[in-house]
Amino acid sequence: MSEPTSTLTVPDTRTQQAPGLEAEEITVSFGRHRVLDRVSIALRPGETLGLAGPSGCGKSTLARVLALLLRPSRGTVRMDGHPISRWRHRAPQRTRVALIFQQPRMAVDPRFTLEDVFTEPLRATRRPLDRAYELAEDLGLTRELFTRRPHEVSDGQLQRACVARALALEPAYLICDEMTTMLDASTQAHLVSRIEAYRERTGAAVLAISHDTELLDRWTDGNVHSWHGAVPA
Amino acid sequence: MKLRVDGLTVRFRIPGATVHAVTDASFELSEGRCLALVGESGCGKSVMAHALLGLLPANATVTGHAWLDPTATRTDSSGEALDLITAPEKTLARQVRGRRIGLIPQSPAAHLTPVRTARAHLAETLRELGRTETPDALAARAGLRPEDLDRYPHQLSGGMAQRVANALALAGDPPLIIADEPTTGLDRPLVDATMTELRRLRDEGRAVLLITHDLRAAEQVADEVAVMYAGRIVELAEAESFFTRPRHPYARGLLDALPTRAFKPVPGRPPELTRLPAGCAFQPRCPLATPLCDEQPKLNGVACHHV
Repeated sequence: MSEPTSTLTVPDTRTQQAPGLEAEEITVSFGRHRVLDRVSIALRPGETLGLAGPSGCGKSTLARVLALLLRPSRGTVRMDGHPISRWRHRAPQRTRVALIFQQPRMAVDPRFTLEDVFTEPLRATRRPLDRAYELAEDLGLTRELFTRRPHEVSDGQLQRACVARALALEPAYLICDEMTTMLDASTQAHLVSRIEAYRERTGAAVLAISHDTELLDRWTDGNVHSWHGAVPA
Repeated sequence: MKLRVDGLTVRFRIPGATVHAVTDASFELSEGRCLALVGESGCGKSVMAHALLGLLPANATVTGHAWLDPTATRTDSSGEALDLITAPEKTLARQVRGRRIGLIPQSPAAHLTPVRTARAHLAETLRELGRTETPDALAARAGLRPEDLDRYPHQLSGGMAQRVANALALAGDPPLIIADEPTTGLDRPLVDATMTELRRLRDEGRAVLLITHDLRAAEQVADEVAVMYAGRIVELAEAESFFTRPRHPYARGLLDALPTRAFKPVPGRPPELTRLPAGCAFQPRCPLATPLCDEQPKLNGVACHHV
């Protein structure tokens, strides 16, 4: 069986703009398995960029590289023009980028209450917690949910808490990896509208990753790149 | 008639509160038909499926009826009429689950035992059901190749895991299929393939109850749609009229939230199932609400005082 690889180059025709979050010729291999092969993508401040592709094409791996959670085997990530040399908790820029995952249940500590979940970034950075409560309110979390733990709430309620957590430190770059795949249409429309309101208010950049091209077309006003890669059928 | 649910009500007792998970749900499902039960997460859809299969936890109280083969007599080959709510666990385990009702689960890969191959799963199920069919023949019916069966769950792609789960559900040749959020987390091509499979099962003459939050998936296969809100069925309609002319304000809001339509969320948020308002539970979010809504509307195709 040949090595499955996937390549993507999102052409950057938008010159003379702020540098943003750029990935250049990113290659990621797990053992002998190459998941990303020379992938390039650039995310500019203030824009919402959609990235569409089937499951297994490496979208989530790319999301983790862009969120500085995974050091690529080869290639460069630049944030605001500066190349990234340290990753995960060692990356000084880590709070400038936030990632929202597909499955909220796997993205939170099951021992935390929802309140713990959405206040944690502010507690960890010793900032006042007011903003976390404003966000929770804005995302439609009611007070009686604050003391519940993940197993006591629905996927939709938990994902709302995860979005509040992601926005708490006002990231300049927000990466949404299949954020609404588990959710019903109304919750999906609501979360997307909150994220777009945040982007308009702060000028942050949003990368929306999904297999759902209808959603991305609507979300990004057609600013979507389709990525098929070379995925085994 | 394959299934007649009549006044089904499910309550959970939790410390200091009662969860009104399902309230007075009634519907009918015939052979060769697919009913889609749709609604937001946490509205009670999955509880309904578990109630029908007798799989609710011990703190649940179930009232009402759910007649399987309501018109059958003792001599019918399909088995006699049985109330799934009052049937003892022994009857459900030995005669119903897998034999008269097949369950297609949410996230099929997680449904399989990680240390056993697909073939071992199928062989065990066939043995327990007393079927003479071979795993390979069963797999072929679900669109799997014999060599796929030697794989362990983590080696199966999403589509293959789905087909293994389907094969398990079909092992006992059940005339009623309950699919509980079968498309959660799947990408569009896999959703389409799963819906094609459900359509095929329906066209073979099985009754299919599809529980989903994915309206676009439901549209592909449903003959009828039941919309659930805060534990109650608020609209029950033919699929075609539902998708073109939804009547309940909540159903309209749900369809309007689709990215292919207005992409506008239903304003407000669903009520806590522990503290439901006395009248229509949708009243606080409803553009049509009037004092009339303090009284619980009756379901007559649609449960709303204003349509």
